[in-house]
Amino acid sequence: MALAANKVEATEALIAAYPAPEGEGKWSRDARARALETLRQSGAPVRRDEYWKFTNPARLLEPVKSATIMETDEAPVFDGVDKLLVVFVDGVLRADLSDDLTMEGVEIETLATAMSKDIHWVGDVYGVLEANGQKPVPRPFAALNTAVATEGLVIRVTGKATKPIAFRYLRSGLDADVMVHTVIKLEKGADLTLLENGSGAARFNSSLEVEIADGAAFHHVRTQGRDHARLAATHIFARLGKESRFKSFTLTVNGALTRNEAVLEFTGDDAFATISGASAGDGAYHHDDTVFVTHNALNCESRQVFKKVLRNGATGVFQGKILVYAHAQKTDGYQIAQGLMLDEDCTFLAKPELEIYADDVICSHGSTCGAVDEAAIFYLTSRGVPKAVAQDMLVLAFMDQAIEEIEDEALAEEIRTRLGDWMERHRG
Amino acid sequence: MLKIKNLKASLEDEDKQILKGIDLEIGAGEVHAIMGPNGSGKSTLSYVLSGKGGYVVDEGSATLDGADLLDMAPEERAAAGLFLAFQYPVEIPGVGNMTFLRTAVNSQRKARGEDELNAAEFLKLVRIEAKSLKIDAEMLKRPVNVGFSGGEKKRNEILQMAMLAPKMCILDETDSGLDVDAMKLVAEGVNAMRNGKRSFLIITHYQRLLDHIKPDVVHIMANGRIIKSGGPELALEVENNGYADLLNEVA
Ligand SMILES: Nc1ncnc2c1ncn2[C@@H]1O[C@H](COP(=O)(O)OP(=O)(O)OP(=O)(O)O)[C@@H](O)[C@H]1O
Ligand SMILES: [Mg+2]
Repeated sequence: MALAANKVEATEALIAAYPAPEGEGKWSRDARARALETLRQSGAPVRRDEYWKFTNPARLLEPVKSATIMETDEAPVFDGVDKLLVVFVDGVLRADLSDDLTMEGVEIETLATAMSKDIHWVGDVYGVLEANGQKPVPRPFAALNTAVATEGLVIRVTGKATKPIAFRYLRSGLDADVMVHTVIKLEKGADLTLLENGSGAARFNSSLEVEIADGAAFHHVRTQGRDHARLAATHIFARLGKESRFKSFTLTVNGALTRNEAVLEFTGDDAFATISGASAGDGAYHHDDTVFVTHNALNCESRQVFKKVLRNGATGVFQGKILVYAHAQKTDGYQIAQGLMLDEDCTFLAKPELEIYADDVICSHGSTCGAVDEAAIFYLTSRGVPKAVAQDMLVLAFMDQAIEEIEDEALAEEIRTRLGDWMERHRG
Repeated sequence: MLKIKNLKASLEDEDKQILKGIDLEIGAGEVHAIMGPNGSGKSTLSYVLSGKGGYVVDEGSATLDGADLLDMAPEERAAAGLFLAFQYPVEIPGVGNMTFLRTAVNSQRKARGEDELNAAEFLKLVRIEAKSLKIDAEMLKRPVNVGFSGGEKKRNEILQMAMLAPKMCILDETDSGLDVDAMKLVAEGVNAMRNGKRSFLIITHYQRLLDHIKPDVVHIMANGRIIKSGGPELALEVENNGYADLLNEVA
């Protein structure tokens, strides 16, 4: 179907807003051309598009506005973790602030190097998982990212990484509008934890493609920065081999607009994936989790666990789909999205979807939205717990079902602490 | 200790008065019992005293050692020394029993300007109290009341009472749902806390608990009022004859 003239115009304007990379090798040129073609076919998103009804894409398309950088004297998230630190400032890798990109069992290169040197394994992943993830639901910001991003890393993991790789996204310009694209390939039996934290830029478009070979495990824990006016459109694309594991958790507090998409596909049997998020917003806050899980193999288990606590007119969105192909028998798919409203003028919008062609599966989904349990508040306060503390305890308990999806207890604890701090700062 | 004068209270959402003029005075160290037919307002009295939302006080007063209870937030009443063992303890998924208890104990200590207990001190205390109530470590680790049996919930209430060491304890049907042995444990727990200063208001339907915890005064409540007060023999009379005669007396 041909796009309407105004959509064509908007799409061309979007493409023109970002410089086209030059001097790259063959596969990157191909990947970028393919992505541009995809973007031109789907067009820049508009509110009428099926998966943009709950989130207005306008602010992701317009010229970026400046966003104040939050000054805090707190330690950065994951500061206490032994890690390989990679620092980006306004989306640009800063070798001077980062650790050496070397670790046993892991090969790390910058995306720019990979593209100019034509590192071949990267060509099998870069823009490939993203392209797979464009059907049946278009992901225009991911296509744009593939087409123009020049920052990011390519990481090949051949064994068990001795420590996590941690991306820290700092900001210096108030109105930076940046893209980062990272490609990770876990070879058979490999194991890696990726940590990410920070706002990244006034507008931050990040894309993460993860190929997980048989028996490999990928852990991902992310906290998106606390800058209030920042905008983010992020994508995670993962393909899971036989008996592999994928676990991703995101904490989002603050941020004017966040759209986090995750597209997972099981291609090997007996694999496991969980994608989870805890999000907390007060006031001008719009947070959207859009997830698509495809079961294309036998006996795989997927979990989607999303919790949102909202106050003061904040909005939470969840769009989650589980697609089970006919041959993907013994699939176990679980999906829960819950909103907790701390006052009456918040909005929680959920669109859970199941599309199942196999007959021997267990799939369940649930979505609820409610206020804090007054009976529980009374019980706690009647024991002397101050009301504000009681409410925090209940909110943290509510969020914990998402946080529990993190495997590493120390990382989970850090998330709890950060969330607890946010609760304390945002008492009504 | 506790002085209630002509207390009248209604439901907030409906124009319905539940407490229709309660007068009750409990001295330091005394044990009072309240009995009365279902729906007579016993739990409502305990809720209004402890500050549950949904009720409005129309008239009257309630003071604890001279301090106006009705003017305080629930947590302030607790810090002032009031405790209610709930008829239906609330389940709180995701909040650990120990975390909850420690937060409660330390919040009260803080409110009273006392030093907070550290983890070790707290643990030591809990272990002692839990042991005498036959509450095992596994139960302490679980979320507050979640998956507890009826009797376990009631014992957990008494554990909280023992840890918080309040001066005025209200027990709302703590005996319901307890087996014979558990009832004895609970009664022993309560008796161990009697020290000549601490007062108790025990709401119950049965004489049995009062065999173990000897009340000084027994009140009969009906239709939002205390219609008769007397000694322990009043409980026996109810046990044997029900409420019909008593209700007729006042009619
Ligand atoms: N929140 C409420 N909404 C509606 N009715 C209420 C509410 N709270 C109390 N009532 C009513 O007030 C009356 C007194 O209730 P209450 O629970 O105090 O009785 P009780 O004496 O404790 O009874 P029981 O012996 O069954 O525990 C009942 O008729 C009850 O239905
Ligand atoms: Mg009752």
